[in-house]
Amino acid sequence: MNMLLKAGVAGLALVMASGFTAEAKTPKDTLVMAWVFDDIISLDPAEIYEFSSSEYMANTYDRLVVQDLDNPGAIKLQAAESWSASDDGKVITFKIRPGIKFASGNEMTAEDAEFSIERYVLLDKSPAFIMNQFGLKKETVKDMVRVKDASTLEVELDAPYAPSFFLNCLSFTSAVVDKKEVMSHEVNGDLGYDWLRTNYAGSGPFVLKGWKPNESLVMEANDAYWGGAPKIKRVLAKNVTESATQQLLLQKGDVDMARNLTNDQLTAIASDKNITVAATPKATLWYMGLNTTNPNLAKPEVRQAMKYLVDYDGLANTSFKSIGIKHQTFLPEGQLGADNETPFSLNVEKAKELLAKAGVPDGFNITMDTTNKTETRLLSASIQNTMAKAGINIIIKLADNKTTLTKYRASQHDIYIGQWGSDYQDPHSNAEGYLMAPLAKRNVWQLPENEKAVLAARDEKDNTKRAAMYMELQKQALETSPYIIMFQQIETAAILNNVKGFVIGPTFDLNLYANVTKE
Amino acid sequence: MLIKSRRLRGLLNSLGSVAVTLFGLLLVTFVISRMLPADPVLAIVGDHATDEYVERVREQLGLNEPILVQFWIYFTNVIQGDLGQSIRTSQPIAQELMNVFPATLELATLGTIIGIIFGIPLGVLAAVRKDTLIDHVVRFVGLVGYSVPIFWLGLMGLLVFYAKLDWLPGPGRLDFGYEDMVTPVTGLMTVDTLISGDMDLFKNALGHLILPASLLGYFSLAYISRMTRSLMLGQLSQEYILTARVKGVSETRIIWKHAMGNVLVPLITVIALSYGNLLEGSVLTETVFAWRGLGLYITDSIFGQDMPAVMGGTIVVGAVFIVINMLTDVAYRLLDPRAQ
Repeated sequence: MNMLLKAGVAGLALVMASGFTAEAKTPKDTLVMAWVFDDIISLDPAEIYEFSSSEYMANTYDRLVVQDLDNPGAIKLQAAESWSASDDGKVITFKIRPGIKFASGNEMTAEDAEFSIERYVLLDKSPAFIMNQFGLKKETVKDMVRVKDASTLEVELDAPYAPSFFLNCLSFTSAVVDKKEVMSHEVNGDLGYDWLRTNYAGSGPFVLKGWKPNESLVMEANDAYWGGAPKIKRVLAKNVTESATQQLLLQKGDVDMARNLTNDQLTAIASDKNITVAATPKATLWYMGLNTTNPNLAKPEVRQAMKYLVDYDGLANTSFKSIGIKHQTFLPEGQLGADNETPFSLNVEKAKELLAKAGVPDGFNITMDTTNKTETRLLSASIQNTMAKAGINIIIKLADNKTTLTKYRASQHDIYIGQWGSDYQDPHSNAEGYLMAPLAKRNVWQLPENEKAVLAARDEKDNTKRAAMYMELQKQALETSPYIIMFQQIETAAILNNVKGFVIGPTFDLNLYANVTKE
Repeated sequence: MLIKSRRLRGLLNSLGSVAVTLFGLLLVTFVISRMLPADPVLAIVGDHATDEYVERVREQLGLNEPILVQFWIYFTNVIQGDLGQSIRTSQPIAQELMNVFPATLELATLGTIIGIIFGIPLGVLAAVRKDTLIDHVVRFVGLVGYSVPIFWLGLMGLLVFYAKLDWLPGPGRLDFGYEDMVTPVTGLMTVDTLISGDMDLFKNALGHLILPASLLGYFSLAYISRMTRSLMLGQLSQEYILTARVKGVSETRIIWKHAMGNVLVPLITVIALSYGNLLEGSVLTETVFAWRGLGLYITDSIFGQDMPAVMGGTIVVGAVFIVINMLTDVAYRLLDPRAQ
């Protein structure tokens, strides 16, 4: 089927190249997107953790603080008007911006913010761990998050952390919900969870109009938005899973934007004068995880040899040309302390030397768990080919994403190939992931000295020193870790030229519609 | 009186066998879903779940009960019309299925009608003109419909009639801009747009239906024409046909009255099978045309490890086949006096 799909896409490209002009057929005041958003499982900010729902949240809710688009790694105030830290660094105080109105008409107060932060912890859904890191646990959160007055909120932490660390975390988990509205839907003490997972109680630039799971997501402009009303009236997203169909819809002008085109398709539309491609590197990495319980993968020389058996440049110039940039350290470009050096390239001779040193001069057989995603398949095929040059014979085990992932989560793999995105825009997210848990745990590489160093870097309050500590951690991991990091993902959106102002930010949530205009 | 009670018993019997079939179907699907290699809990909890949280979710979902207990809980819920909640969307599965099923029903029904209208005459024609050019052409058309993946034909259809010629609208059940203007009543977009009284919307919905329905129609035509041809050939070599010819009955009457009368009954089964397949198997068409129907729903659920949703979809597919079987039975009885 893949071959046929390719033939189909090639056919499409051919006819498209022969040229027909896209005239926009979508309503003037509506942004229509073809987008795969079948990962949305909930619309409740205290549960939202998936890519698409995070983007929904960023456009419909105000958070106390968010990432600054113009200055990656820095924090911008949103629902909070200001913040300050106590001298010992253990109490952070926020002033709520005056005049923010929820969709219900209620005015936002510090009580809403208090309720919202407590909800993250009390509901204990996927993002709760981000708050748990600061000692905000179920038993303690009510005491540690306090309203001082109508516009002042105090959050006490269990230890002095780097303020940048706390605020970076909060930039994901501080969406403020309308307490009155949510609590009016409370059933059996669920804090309105049952209702909010399919409904809306926010104050953002857009308000939810309708969500049909896996089908459509409709948002309408909030004309009363404190930061100014969006210029476009409606945003309509349609879940179109087939990327060839997305391309067709875009080139016919039936949608304004296609969010999930493949590298081939992006190349094919490059010559179309009606379309612009917006692209931004995301904090998501393509990598391989090597399970060190496998006796061969337990040897550091073998792991290092394998790092020399990937054709990084070849892939970067072909299958990953429009969708990834070469990247080999565990901090993605744009994060504090990210090291962008790329010391590894395909070098079969060097790999053979290392394998000989490890006592396996003739290589070995090993399995790799691969998902049926196009990019993963292309990657694994190329790697299988280059590894074989040094005698490492990879048996590819192809399965759907969830099957592969659950196997990986249970450490039942030899080699896992896939993606890892930072949970929040702070280096600690990936440092912890790769060096402590969950990735280090899955690949059975939890070293006490790593844990110590990661926690020290997390708590360092001087940002320059902090960055240097992460640099050091990355250098060590490059040499010894059981990760072969290959690419940083580039997110793309192919957009008709009459649509301006769509922003693709560096984090997975910050793709913003508020400034979109249509001519 | 005797007849009445016999009919009643017959009805009870067939209802009984429907119940047993559905129960068996449920049990088998349930067991298979629990035997899958992927752990549904690990699929749900996300990347940062603690072991304790994993256990809690396992408990909440009742997954640490013995499998028979799990099945019993599920079964008693299903009997009460509760198919559970989808893991991926948190919506009631029964409601989701009611949203997607009409979309597939609309597509498959029109597809089957197209298949019948063109498939039967073509099959008859090929049988009557056996081994002539016409026969070869019909068989070739059937072969293409049978062997070329519908997915590829779908893309090509879009390319030619939508992208290049602009004769037909593109994917989706309505132009995207119109999407939210229709209140669902029956779930059948053509009917709902008619009810809304907006003729432009109706035309739009009908336009969107033409290409995917024609594709499914072609697929069904390929099957129906092939079967009609071979059934017809079987009849045409029978003695009673020869007798009729000797008697001087016109060829048209022989084919459409005598032979067709006998072909019709087995053909009903062929059509029913084809219809059932379209209802269940139009996954690829639905993917290419962004047509949110049953096939796409079940596939998505499988890939998302959303077992309750897969089970719900399976029950609907099973029920559909049972209903089609019952209707086929009725049609048999009406067409073939011997069956009574």
